[in-house]
Amino acid sequence: MNFVDYLFLFGGMGLVTYIPRWLPLFYLAHRGLPQWLIDWLSLIPVAILTALLAPILFTDQSARSLELGKPELLVAIPTLIFALKTKSLGGTVLVGMGLYWITGIFLT
Amino acid sequence: MFLRFDIPYSTFDSFFTTHTEMDTTDNPLNSQASLPIAPSWFRDGALASWPICFGYIPIGLALGVLASQAGLPAWGVAMMSILVFAGSAQFICVAMLAAGASAWSIILTTLAVNLRHFLMSSALAVHLSGVRRLFLSLFAYGITDESFAVNMTRFRDGEWDRMRAITTNQLANLAWVVSTTCGALLGQFIPIGAFGTDYALTAMFLALLIFQLHDRIYIFTGIASLAIAVLWYLLIPGDSYIIGASVSAATLGYSLKRYREKRR
Repeated sequence: MNFVDYLFLFGGMGLVTYIPRWLPLFYLAHRGLPQWLIDWLSLIPVAILTALLAPILFTDQSARSLELGKPELLVAIPTLIFALKTKSLGGTVLVGMGLYWITGIFLT
Repeated sequence: MFLRFDIPYSTFDSFFTTHTEMDTTDNPLNSQASLPIAPSWFRDGALASWPICFGYIPIGLALGVLASQAGLPAWGVAMMSILVFAGSAQFICVAMLAAGASAWSIILTTLAVNLRHFLMSSALAVHLSGVRRLFLSLFAYGITDESFAVNMTRFRDGEWDRMRAITTNQLANLAWVVSTTCGALLGQFIPIGAFGTDYALTAMFLALLIFQLHDRIYIFTGIASLAIAVLWYLLIPGDSYIIGASVSAATLGYSLKRYREKRR
């Protein structure tokens, strides 16, 4: 990819990120969103995060087939518990990386 | 939304306030101390943003390292952080670039991932009513999960204004751009997968997921999305499973919520 390709990609990503941040602030000010939309949108982050995690934790991504008991899934359990107990984003990232690194050493 | 920031900054602030009050008594030339609106908006904004900046550094470095291993040049990472400024979307972009996804599918996924800011922007609008539209347009750029959580808490507690809020946003932005770029520069010297960097993205998603599980409807939506995504991923080629599963699961979760409300 060259400069123009990156500019198109990141410019496009920037635009679709900026518009949802800007539109309500700019126009809605006092008027709220319809309640059904607020309720539906509030479920979107959970749904996206699990959709992103699903193939990483439960499938073999090179063969695109179901696989249970991957190291990614095993490491996810203590990582989830750590996140639940500490509520720390940076800490969870470091703990997850550390556990995955150690698991890799033991498996090879 | 990361409410872990609540305790550290409140204790830090009370310490800081006492300290500066002592400073102003020592300095008779400081006439601004008696003004009703504190002129120290920059200092207050900076104090509120430090926990965000501190959290961004390891994640930013990890993103930069991953991006560099996926073949992105350091200037590309800096450009992405400046133009996009959205942590999870940037991680997804790097993962999708590494998997050879097209620019259009990355942009569409970014839109789906960042639609949540629509809600945050609406909630912030209540506290920024009557503010000039040029300022609002500049402010919108800095709305992230983290700055939203911090600014909303401060606005609710009072003694918070637009200048303090935008300072918090922009210092967090600066920390993000610098740490991701440094990660990209360092990444060229770190072997692929060293120290578990492969797992940084997954761990961040796991943590963000835990923070999102507010009640049973959210847990149900997550499980539904997990099941749909696995099936969609196995049956349909490409990366449409992200948008497909999340929209279907959110609709299912919303339907269940409505159904339970009607039965009550």
